[in-house]
Amino acid sequence: MTELTTFWHLWVSAIVIGSMIACGILLTLTFKNQKYNEETDQTTGHSFDGIDELDNPMPKWWMWFFWSTIIFGVFYIGIYGIGGWTGFSDWSSHDQWQREMNKAEEKYQPYYDKLNTMSVEELATDKDALATGQRLFASNCAVCHGSTATGALGFPNLTDNDWLYGGGADAIKHTITKGRNGMMPANGLKADMTASERSDIAAHVLSLSGREASGDAAKGSALFATACAACHGGDAKGNMLMGAPNLTDNIWLYGGSQKQIEFTIQHGRGGVMPAWNEILGADKIHVLSGYVYSLSQKQ
Amino acid sequence: MKHDIVEKNLPLMIVLIIIAISWGGLAEIIPLFFLKETTQPIEGLKPLNAVELEGRDIYIREGCHVCHTQMIRPFRAETERYGHYSLAGEHVYEHPFLWGSKRTGPDLARVGARYSDDWHRAHLFNPRDVVPQSNMPSFPWLFEQKIDGRDTPKKMTALRYVGVPYTDEQIETAKDTTDGVREIDALVLYLQQLGTVLTNKR
Repeated sequence: MTELTTFWHLWVSAIVIGSMIACGILLTLTFKNQKYNEETDQTTGHSFDGIDELDNPMPKWWMWFFWSTIIFGVFYIGIYGIGGWTGFSDWSSHDQWQREMNKAEEKYQPYYDKLNTMSVEELATDKDALATGQRLFASNCAVCHGSTATGALGFPNLTDNDWLYGGGADAIKHTITKGRNGMMPANGLKADMTASERSDIAAHVLSLSGREASGDAAKGSALFATACAACHGGDAKGNMLMGAPNLTDNIWLYGGSQKQIEFTIQHGRGGVMPAWNEILGADKIHVLSGYVYSLSQKQ
Repeated sequence: MKHDIVEKNLPLMIVLIIIAISWGGLAEIIPLFFLKETTQPIEGLKPLNAVELEGRDIYIREGCHVCHTQMIRPFRAETERYGHYSLAGEHVYEHPFLWGSKRTGPDLARVGARYSDDWHRAHLFNPRDVVPQSNMPSFPWLFEQKIDGRDTPKKMTALRYVGVPYTDEQIETAKDTTDGVREIDALVLYLQQLGTVLTNKR
């Protein structure tokens, strides 16, 4: 509020204090002009539609209630201030928030400092760190990856030790901090791919997991070499530098039916992992990395 | 009797009632029109582009603001969960603002860039697909309905009257950019920019 000019500070103060004083005067005058201070049958002489208004005084409790609001106002202004004056407590909502934050930092920072001295691999076996990591995961990551971290269609399973961008400590931390952007182009590198070519490729890809499919897998293999191998590798084992998945392990992020695979080829995929550094900060990401790391170590 | 004058003169009574009920506003509201903190946009704030603006109108049409606020209060419990508390300067181009007053779902003031576009689409199609315990309604029709761009330039012109700095060029091209866009895509674009101008610097 400090940016307001003096005029507006005076404006606010004048209205507030003036109103309080005016209310006080009004109450006093009302009492003073009252002819009868006890309950009475006398009317004010004011009659409307044959209904007379009795000249009773205001109930006492009501009167005192008005006065107490005025007194409350005086104390309130004393504590929180008025106009440019910030009151005896010098309160502001930002300061209150800052105090809360400082108090929390005092309480939790030593804990994070302790965990920061440990490696991600060590955190994955530390009971406290895992408990903290689990809570962080539940409130931030479970929305996509599921509360059990087993993922969903389009959102990777983090427990199966099949990694798009690597499952090492550094890779996991990097993924959480900076996020990841999938970039599978539609029809791979062959823009003029036909529907039958897509089913041939799908047949080839499924055969790598030992599955049968309709389509010419041999023809698909040749097409794969030109349209897909640049990212997924000649052996289709994927490339973690690009986040190209291994296509031989029968784990399918976007569904493993022939139809689903053909759809993925036709339209491409761009799965996005958002960056969390601004939201969570380095300390929490460190703990979270330990938790995520631990998920695939149990198997 | 003096109050006879007021009670038997309706226009006078109306005027006096209006003065009585707006008296507090004289001190609480009027000065804010002259406070830079509430009238100046924060650094980097741009008006929503045409498609985002249509997304915002879908957000309003579907009543998202009834269950989701866009107002992070300055408490640690909120800033830990949602990010930096909301500033008045972030909302100067909002007419009307969508702060909301009830949280059945979480606050969305900084939901932008927090989840992927794919997630938003899956979630809006059927929230239970990604969050099993969710009680949010599904919005499958957003995937079928397309935006009719006829009204977009008019909306932008109207907003310009109340101070949103749209350029002539933006208004001229608005119809072409919004016409035929799927409603879901416009809504996701709107959601993905929410609160991203002010990032939570740690």
